[in-house]
Amino acid sequence: MSVAVRCAGLHKRYDNKVDAVRGLDLEVEQGECFGLLGPNGAGKTTTIEIIEGLLSATAGEVEVFGKRWGRDDDELRELLGICLQETRLSEKLKVRETLELFASFYRRPADPARVMREVELTEKAEAWVGKLSGGQRQRLAVACSLVGDPRLLFLDEPTTGLDPQSRRQLWDIVRKFKRQGGTVLLTTHYMDEAERLCDRVAIIDHGRIIALGTPRELIHSLGAEHIVEFTLADPAAFPDLGGDGLAAVPTVLSVRQEDGLYALTVGEPHRALPALFDWLEGRGIELARLSTRHASLEDVFVKLTGRHLRDE
Amino acid sequence: MINWRAYSQLLLARSRELSREPEVVFWVFFFPVLLAVALGIAFRNKPPDKVDVAVVEHPNAARVVRALNAAPPLAAEVIGTEDAARQFRLGKVALVVYPGQVYSYRYDPNRPDSMLALSLADAALQKAAGRADPIRIHEQAVTEPGARYIDFLIPGLLGLNLMSGGMWGMGFALVDMRVKKLLKRLVATPMRRSDFLLALVSSRLILMLVEVILLLLVGRLIFKMVIQGSLGSIIVVSAAGSLSFAGIGLLCASRAQKIETISGLMNLVMLPMFVLSGIFFSADRFPAAMQPFIRILPLTALNDALRSVILEGASLEAQALRLLILTTWGAVSFLLALRLFRWVN
Repeated sequence: MSVAVRCAGLHKRYDNKVDAVRGLDLEVEQGECFGLLGPNGAGKTTTIEIIEGLLSATAGEVEVFGKRWGRDDDELRELLGICLQETRLSEKLKVRETLELFASFYRRPADPARVMREVELTEKAEAWVGKLSGGQRQRLAVACSLVGDPRLLFLDEPTTGLDPQSRRQLWDIVRKFKRQGGTVLLTTHYMDEAERLCDRVAIIDHGRIIALGTPRELIHSLGAEHIVEFTLADPAAFPDLGGDGLAAVPTVLSVRQEDGLYALTVGEPHRALPALFDWLEGRGIELARLSTRHASLEDVFVKLTGRHLRDE
Repeated sequence: MINWRAYSQLLLARSRELSREPEVVFWVFFFPVLLAVALGIAFRNKPPDKVDVAVVEHPNAARVVRALNAAPPLAAEVIGTEDAARQFRLGKVALVVYPGQVYSYRYDPNRPDSMLALSLADAALQKAAGRADPIRIHEQAVTEPGARYIDFLIPGLLGLNLMSGGMWGMGFALVDMRVKKLLKRLVATPMRRSDFLLALVSSRLILMLVEVILLLLVGRLIFKMVIQGSLGSIIVVSAAGSLSFAGIGLLCASRAQKIETISGLMNLVMLPMFVLSGIFFSADRFPAAMQPFIRILPLTALNDALRSVILEGASLEAQALRLLILTTWGAVSFLLALRLFRWVN
């Protein structure tokens, strides 16, 4: 498979001496959906805007389809569809007019009517942009990127602030684009978005990639795929259970305690749970709540950094 | 090279946006017309107000009043001595006449109406008493078209409108697009920046045409203004002004990141011209030392050229220097703006 995006040693220092990106290497293959996952301020937007040719890197190299910014700009602009983190399109234009405007910039645009159907905005074709809901606006923003018939689609935080239904609608659009052979590079701080949508994910923190792989691989790297979480009925009586005792419970790999919530990374819940109950009962500890779930990319991030994705 | 498909879509989009923005329609079309009509009515040329004269009680008073009232705009009335002095003090009468063996006039040399009343009243009384004028006089009362305040005002309002239109239409519009990240979004497409700017300027020129024709029609139809110059020359001058201010607007917008910044910057640029450049009153009223500075301001050049073409029917060649001033302002601003302009943030 050939490479769509290649970055090597990417570095960005802003005028105010802040290093947003510090040595980032990245390869996105054609036909895949690649996600940059990280908390706010991790350097995701800076990275994607450098690849989009909107920002210049302080150091490092970027190639998109083997072409370079500063040399092949005209060609590259025809190949890319870009959805910025937040663009307020002209409110006094209609949906159809907006798409026809963006289509006019490209040598071989897609049919605006077809794109409107794909993003399910046909009914709103004659509505002013100012009258659209948040989800519809975001779909229009994506449609403006699709109307150039791009080979590579960039989405910067595409579903931030959207309701669950709008998010799923947007994910469907991205999947459809991928099925038709398109490549996607997106940033997100939602771990569920990265898990469901992305073939591969790079976890970014402080301007560097700290983990890279398919969502499944990354979760596998935890060593176990289940999380058992519980809280105590009387936490004041037992301020700290002590990780060592809990770690001795069969198939428990690691123990984490935060604000009274215990989270055990567990290989086999059917063996760990009875032993856990015995252990607690033996000490006269009562539970307020207990639940089990599959491990997520959030757990991977926490394991790697000790922080949560949404902390900052 | 121009990508005509993109250019026409951009121009179409801009025209649609403007026509759907009620504020734009108001400021561009209704405001200047309202202003012209309001000022035209307030400063319309009217016959001089009557000038009140008090005649103090005296056996001859009735005869004096008759003689004075025969000389318009004097309006005389017989009043008691104290009352007359009080009304004169309050400015209600311009002159007090005391008939007698020796007539006495009370007047104020610092009040134009008082001086007018004095000379008219004296002439009327002397004539009534039998004075013969040694020189024969033939009077010619003429009101020249083009000399009224409204004739002076309409070209000034047109200049003002072209200035604010250019500044807002380029400066404000571009910063608004930058704030909304629309500029950044547009340069992320293959759109050529020159097509974009050209479309923006074209939309200004189209609006300019509408503004010029509208104001001239108002002048012609409502105020019976006589337009001496050809419509072609007026449009050439207006276009030069419009482009000049579009360039200055673009320069103002080149770095501003906030709406507040561009508003302040535009006011800073426009306010001095608003006062100095002869919109509502002639720029000649300012001291001679300031004139060289005032004359090179683009709005002064535009207003002078518009008045010269509209009111005097002057040729375009006669406006060469003023057109050169406008072009220089426009070209220098535009070139500077191209170097400074930030498309991405």
